[in-house]
Amino acid sequence: MSDHAVSLPAGTGSIGLEASGPRGPKPRHVFSRRNIFLYGTLIVVALYYLLPLYVMVVTSLKGMPEIRLGNIFSPPLEITFEPWVKAWSSACTGLNCDGLSRGFWNSVRITVPSVILSIAIASVNGYALANWRFKGADTFFVILIVGAFIPYQVMIYPIVIILREIGLYGSLSGLVIVHSIFGMPILTLLFRNYFSSMPEELFRAARVDGAGFWGIYFRIMLPMSLPIFVVAIIIQVTGIWNDFLFGVVYTRPDTYPMTVQLNNIVNSVQGVKEYNVNMAATILTGLVPLVVYFISGKLFVRGIAAGAVKG
Amino acid sequence: MTRIENPSVSIQNPSVSIQDLSLNFGAISVLETLNIDVAEGEFIVLLGPSGCGKSTLLNCIAGLLDVSDGRIFIKGKNVTWEEPKDRGIGMVFQSYALYPQMTVEKNLSFGLRVAGIAKDEIAKRIARAAEILQIEPLLQRKPSALSGGQRQRVAIGRALVRDVDVFLFDEPLSNLDAKLRAELRVEIKLLHSKLQNTMIYVTHDQIEAMTLADRIAVMKGGVIQQLDAPQTIYNRPVNRFVAGFLGSPAMNFLDGRLEKDDGNWHFAFEDVRIPLATYAFEKQPVPGAAVFGIRPEHVAFNSGAGWPFTATANVVVVEPMGSDTLVWLKLGNQNFTVRVTSERTPNNADTVSIGFDPMRASLFDAATGNRL
Repeated sequence: MSDHAVSLPAGTGSIGLEASGPRGPKPRHVFSRRNIFLYGTLIVVALYYLLPLYVMVVTSLKGMPEIRLGNIFSPPLEITFEPWVKAWSSACTGLNCDGLSRGFWNSVRITVPSVILSIAIASVNGYALANWRFKGADTFFVILIVGAFIPYQVMIYPIVIILREIGLYGSLSGLVIVHSIFGMPILTLLFRNYFSSMPEELFRAARVDGAGFWGIYFRIMLPMSLPIFVVAIIIQVTGIWNDFLFGVVYTRPDTYPMTVQLNNIVNSVQGVKEYNVNMAATILTGLVPLVVYFISGKLFVRGIAAGAVKG
Repeated sequence: MTRIENPSVSIQNPSVSIQDLSLNFGAISVLETLNIDVAEGEFIVLLGPSGCGKSTLLNCIAGLLDVSDGRIFIKGKNVTWEEPKDRGIGMVFQSYALYPQMTVEKNLSFGLRVAGIAKDEIAKRIARAAEILQIEPLLQRKPSALSGGQRQRVAIGRALVRDVDVFLFDEPLSNLDAKLRAELRVEIKLLHSKLQNTMIYVTHDQIEAMTLADRIAVMKGGVIQQLDAPQTIYNRPVNRFVAGFLGSPAMNFLDGRLEKDDGNWHFAFEDVRIPLATYAFEKQPVPGAAVFGIRPEHVAFNSGAGWPFTATANVVVVEPMGSDTLVWLKLGNQNFTVRVTSERTPNNADTVSIGFDPMRASLFDAATGNRL
């Protein structure tokens, strides 16, 4: 290398250009207009959403006399966990006085099988629609998607009749089936789009290698689809856990899910309104979806952006 | 489009035989009554521009697409309705299509495990394939930890372990950079001479086709235009499409007329007349509009006498390419390129004399594009 430009000593600028002046990264000021707007907006929005939660937590830790003072924003003078205990184990709904615990376990018994069943079926649906273009696949898909646009309320009564006829009305398994069916359109769409975004040659290679429908599904597709399964699980867990309508329609009081029980505790008309117990009960009910979000947040974002994920 | 009756279609005991294969997607015809016989151990390249149906044909042979009509034989067995795994084929894809969650070893053994082959037999076959392809140190890695060339080697290995009769390659080198492509091209050629398997190779790259093929099938619009040895296709293209598709820089085409006077045939355009005494006509010529084609490297530069045809032309652009130089000329009013060695590079706007022998040219009918 006998190039002339290379042998110039460091720092020797080209002739005619100013020697001092801006160099390297441009300095950024902490209190620049951009930062003030950005963080200002973020803080305001965060406060707006967190304030109700703060009030709930604070109220749930106060005794009733303190609540009656009316200072809803002030922190508790005497912290008590009694409302939480009461909400969980001894608040009365109708005839039962064993708190939300009964509803919690009912909700678990509804949510877990519904999530597993709906995701298992929808993922196979989506896989078949994306990779095995059978005759009438498009028609089938359109029908399924149209199903997503029909309001649930329209179908409540017919489903009551159907469940009664097959003898599942009022049982948890009836509700599990209802949840699985109603999760089908959106989940199938989700899985179909995910599997469609996978390179088609992978599927072809597996076929040349002799793997069949289930072989490709379990050995090739499943191991590559963790993100989309996490998304589906989050959608289903929160959706089914938070469901009120189906819970109140298709179950009996002793099989009510947590949301229905919460409603019954909060809206009970006899006696004093125990705001602290109500707040504690509400937080307890909302805790499960919150925990799911916190645990799987990163995977959730990855799965949502899965269209861009390449194998 | 004209159907070309190829004398080499009737091969004794072909390894792969395709008979009257058609494929339609609705009203769109992708392949039209296609016939091709591939001999045992032959390396056939399907060459054509994108959308010509070459990959579709390969997928039909592999059994990944159902055909609309016709039959496919592999090793004398009618496999038209067989599943891909039962056809005795291995396939290598453009995007490698390695299973990302499996190690190289698991990738190689996947097909064997699905088929339920004994463990020690699987180990033996993987060891052999890994040795042939020199991927032994990579066996425990995941595909994401491999370079493009290594991935494609593993993909070839996956076809290798299955111990198949026929290898199908679907543009296997298109995703690699130019240097690696050249390296792997040689490796594939070596692999073929070592294994002596039948190989069917799809590409749009004419260099790959010329270097690898025993025979090339040039395709356009779902029809095989010409099926022949690379040199024959290069020197005696059957129509204007084949002539223009092969060769870089492309063949020169001059529009003019075929004329006969004094008992000798001439190709005439503007005031130029090219004598065709040395040209071997395909059939009895008739006067009329025609296209004269000659490859840039078949034209000599600064030549004196001794050529059946000489002319002077103006230089328009000079493109030095290192080993040789491409000179763009105006011959009359038509563009004309000449490839010369770098030492003989003229200046822009020079007037130069050129010469060539019409023996090496190709004449095409102006209307049909067929060779005359």
